[in-house]
Amino acid sequence: MSLFGLFPRKKTASAARDRLQILLAHERTGGGGSSELLAKLREEVLAAIAKHVSVDETRVNVSMKNEDEMSIIEIDLEIPHADLPRLRLAASR
Amino acid sequence: MSEVIVVTSGKGGVGKTTTTAALGAALASTGDTVAVVDFDVGLRNLDLVLGAERRVVFDFINVIQGHAKLPQAMIRDKRLENLWLLPASQTRDKDALTDEGVAQVIGELRSRFDWVLCDSPAGIERGAALAMRHADLAVVVSNAEVSSVRDSDRIIGLLDSKTERAERGETIDKYLLLTRYDAARASRGDMMSVEDVLEILSIPLLGIVPESEDVLRASNIGTPVTLASPTGRPARAYLDAARRLRGEAVGEVEIPVEKQGLIGRLFGRRAA
Repeated sequence: MSLFGLFPRKKTASAARDRLQILLAHERTGGGGSSELLAKLREEVLAAIAKHVSVDETRVNVSMKNEDEMSIIEIDLEIPHADLPRLRLAASR
Repeated sequence: MSEVIVVTSGKGGVGKTTTTAALGAALASTGDTVAVVDFDVGLRNLDLVLGAERRVVFDFINVIQGHAKLPQAMIRDKRLENLWLLPASQTRDKDALTDEGVAQVIGELRSRFDWVLCDSPAGIERGAALAMRHADLAVVVSNAEVSSVRDSDRIIGLLDSKTERAERGETIDKYLLLTRYDAARASRGDMMSVEDVLEILSIPLLGIVPESEDVLRASNIGTPVTLASPTGRPARAYLDAARRLRGEAVGEVEIPVEKQGLIGRLFGRRAA
């Protein structure tokens, strides 16, 4: 204790606090209410897109990012090339 | 006016049952009538901490299933005439706690007692959900340690969404009780400080119970720590917390500090 006390040791409590703050910021928005929101969005967005192109349900990713002033919802979906002509057609109308 | 309090935490082993017993005894010693209810079906322990384990005849499940009347199942404390225990069942399945049954029992307790303290099981499953369901106020018990604080955060989220009050669009009062606090570790920077935990959980502080042998000794003899070592630091923390719950002006929660050095060790025990 006495010898080691001469050298400043990294405080573990601040590491605990920092890790928790990051984790909880994620969990508070990722769990519960907003995950239900994302599931619903995923379902409805898929239904809307499926009207025009065929989408592989497993290739859709909906996520939410939280920034200081706002949250960003990202929807990534892959559309197979075979469906592109139909999509262009739909878009040009 | 009657108040239903849930003592909850998410994580196990942080001191929910100790806290329920100590706060129950502290409130009862003011002359208020208090019922403490064990929701930990299958793993009951509130009876043991209160020293009533050999007096359990009927339990919560017996009442819900209509095999006993509520007054038959309630056990009166031997030391405090205003303190009553409703024990959990040790043998039944937790599914035996039905929504309607719990609602009815809590409603009846509410009409008979000034305070109803619900000792939640650990976890976020059925027993924990039902323990918080009818609460007006929650005492969130946490240690200054990462897994406990994370679980407390989760529980706070559930208190704000899954309780009857939350579903009616009302708020539920939530207070933090920091237990097993080690001032020496905190001052060395190896335990999160009170400020750290308060900043993360952002609910008001009800009290800080220091890590102490008093608590273990009290449970060894089946006596709430407020009665077993009434002048010790844990007891004083619980007594102050109870006064805060009663709305008395107690002043700010005192943060335990560890005095350094030999002089501090010799003379600073009260402050430590």
